[in-house]
Amino acid sequence: MLSTITRYSAKLNILMMAGSRMKLELSKVVQGRCRLGQLKEIGRMGQHSLDIPGCLLYTHLGSVPHLTQDTLHTLSSLPTATQVTLSNIAEHQEVLDEFKGGFKTFAGLHDTVLYCSLHDSAAHSPTGHTTNKTVSVWGSGGRTELTVAKFMALQRTVQPDWYQAMADGETWQTGTSRKRVRKSVDRSLAHLDECLMVHQKSQELDGVSVFGVVEGGDILEERLRSARETAKRPVAGFCLDGFQTGAMDQALRSQLIAAVTEELPEDKPRLLQGVGRPDEVLACVEAGVDLFEGFFPFQATERGCALCFRFDVTPDPESAGRARLTVADEERHAAGETQPNGDLNCDDQTHMTRFEMDLKDKRHQDDFRPLVEGCGCYCCRNHQRAYVHHLLVTNELLAGVLLMIHNTSHYHSFFRAVRDALANDKMDLLRRRVLGTVKE
Amino acid sequence: MSTVGGNMAAPITSEADGNIKENSMFLKKTLSAVPPLTLRIVAECPVTKARACDLTLPHSSVSTPVFMPVGTQGTLKGITADQLEGLGCQICLGNTYHLGMRPGPELIEKANGLHGFMNWRRNLLTDSGGFQMVSLVELSEVTEEGVKFKSPYDGKEILLSPEKSISIQNSLGSDIMMQLDDVVSSTVKGPRVEEAMHRSIRWLDRCIAANKHPDKQNLFAIIQGGLDAELRKACLDEMTKRDVPGFAIGGLSGGEEKDDFWRMVTLSTDHLPREKPRYLMGVGYAVDLVVCVALGCDMFDCVFPTRTARFGSALVPWGSLQVKQKQYAKDFQPIDPDCQCPTCKRHSRAYLHALFKSDTAAMHHITIHNIAYQLTLMRSVRQSIVEGRFPEFIRTFMKRMFPSPDQYPGWAVEALTSVNVTLE
Repeated sequence: MLSTITRYSAKLNILMMAGSRMKLELSKVVQGRCRLGQLKEIGRMGQHSLDIPGCLLYTHLGSVPHLTQDTLHTLSSLPTATQVTLSNIAEHQEVLDEFKGGFKTFAGLHDTVLYCSLHDSAAHSPTGHTTNKTVSVWGSGGRTELTVAKFMALQRTVQPDWYQAMADGETWQTGTSRKRVRKSVDRSLAHLDECLMVHQKSQELDGVSVFGVVEGGDILEERLRSARETAKRPVAGFCLDGFQTGAMDQALRSQLIAAVTEELPEDKPRLLQGVGRPDEVLACVEAGVDLFEGFFPFQATERGCALCFRFDVTPDPESAGRARLTVADEERHAAGETQPNGDLNCDDQTHMTRFEMDLKDKRHQDDFRPLVEGCGCYCCRNHQRAYVHHLLVTNELLAGVLLMIHNTSHYHSFFRAVRDALANDKMDLLRRRVLGTVKE
Repeated sequence: MSTVGGNMAAPITSEADGNIKENSMFLKKTLSAVPPLTLRIVAECPVTKARACDLTLPHSSVSTPVFMPVGTQGTLKGITADQLEGLGCQICLGNTYHLGMRPGPELIEKANGLHGFMNWRRNLLTDSGGFQMVSLVELSEVTEEGVKFKSPYDGKEILLSPEKSISIQNSLGSDIMMQLDDVVSSTVKGPRVEEAMHRSIRWLDRCIAANKHPDKQNLFAIIQGGLDAELRKACLDEMTKRDVPGFAIGGLSGGEEKDDFWRMVTLSTDHLPREKPRYLMGVGYAVDLVVCVALGCDMFDCVFPTRTARFGSALVPWGSLQVKQKQYAKDFQPIDPDCQCPTCKRHSRAYLHALFKSDTAAMHHITIHNIAYQLTLMRSVRQSIVEGRFPEFIRTFMKRMFPSPDQYPGWAVEALTSVNVTLE
């Protein structure tokens, strides 16, 4: 296996960089690892740019969950890049082939950069179906098995601006053997090389960027190997896989990510898959991550919860007060009040976190304040907690719409706050603010 | 053209001081009491009984004929207030039974009424809760007092009386309130129908007496009588003696034969005052709307367009389109190429078909389209009345909706003939 990989990579070094128009401009690096900057000239025409640290716009088949383009555009600033996943798209390959115009046009998307990933980090994928040559994705109709050939055929018909190479990331379960982890690294490298070969030959993918996927589970050696090898390939950036919330604790995650990013070129972006909790985001930014997936607001929405964690670090007391919860709310958060919903499985990701409030709770029944004071989103400008509570209690569809709008807005504002904090050396304060441990 | 429901100010005469004082007091009273409803008849069809009117209500004016979407629980099924406004909706429905249960009238009052609670700036009409009594809930008893039922949420026994219904609706603050009527299914025959009709009249009087805000909230009567012409006529005679701002035609649209249905509608409009709006409850299929406008109705409501949307059924001038069906998987045109709604301007049948497998947003797209379809239909109907070509509009509409004349529903042909419109 190893010699095959070496042979392929030798060939590839001669070939052109895969869609390497994407340029990373760093304006600041803290402790040699934590980066602030801009990813420029992204998109097929190189017409977009993305601030980092940043996050992607999470969608189901191109639609932000619950939202139409009208409700989506009540948000004043949307992330530049929209994420779609092959798990949603694979079953529609025939339709897209016949349509011929690419997914963006098919979905009637606004002007955006389309990023295509393999899996949906907010959806549970059964394991045990990966082979040396294939990975599987789960859509509404069941399982679709992908070879690299089929994977690339999908990319050619989707016509994204940027995609991740096919990879084997089934290492997040506890007790994954070292042998299995090694296999995932080998397979992912092999898949990457094959993807790049096909990419070079595909006219439809001209100007499209490919990210290599770094695997390695929780084994440092394998992580380093995967990082070093992937870095040798002509990719535009790197996905860090197998780190999802629930796979390992943050301490180990930070340690491994820091080690991995040491092996990656400074001038290429790093996208972390499967991590969205604000505290984990902050830690991973400090470990060297540039981009995150945007599924966390969706998960909170599905729980009937509104994101409400603070992220203001401005010295101005007035503006600092605007996003304030009541003293009672803060006390509850500090006390670690995170009641999981009753009907859930044990998946870590579906439990309510300390960063949100449960609007189904009776205490919101006659609370006529907005979800978060000072939040400028459509929901907070037009509606109150009591109304959203009512919608949730009566199982009304509008609850999902309003919560998705608010949660998306709150989360993306958080990323803006991260960038501001980095620029102004206030990361420490931001972390304490987000965790609710700032004493006033 | 005529303006009705306006103020009748007493002339100030140059008689003795006492009289002048009295008259100017009267003047002050009437001028300050702007009626919460005025109807201006803009055009009347010379062939049928159709009218186009401007209905002025406290929150905004409404162009009739009008279709009112139903937002049962203080929300229109996934559509924001802004989106609904953007579609041109001027009035929609809320439901007293549901909102009376959850979140309850006290809370809604605290929220500045249903308008404040939903943040809806235009008009609201609330149903009395009577229909839900029949359709949704296990009935304990209907007595002269009111309707007794068991709350589905906590099992407690609740009495919905005319006074209670109006009290809740007063708290909701709707622009139009419906009386509590003794609702009997249109398929029921026999003495119960007559009993219900008479009781509804008595309950109307109790509702009128119970209305705390006659200056801001319009109470409509609901004509009952089932499918019995004599009973209906009796009800019409009695109820039209009450000076209510508008009348609804109730007790229909519940599974009765269409042949009976249209006859009761036209009988009702024959005996309802010209200068007051006529609201036909529970009617929403396109053909029914067009025919009943021809029979003289001004206002309609129905859950059908919004409910069917959530099942992927899109309403179009030639019927409906089941977006979830396989045949649309590769259909890259919009639901209706002529439709100007946000869904049709941006999305194809194929995309919506695919989206139904991935996200609830698919339902919202269809809901928006269906509301747009209904509102556009009514706007076109109104325009044709105003321009004096409503019969022609009806003929074109029917031709588009049905593949051939032998497929025109018999009842519709008869009903239209009765108002001098012959289809082919």
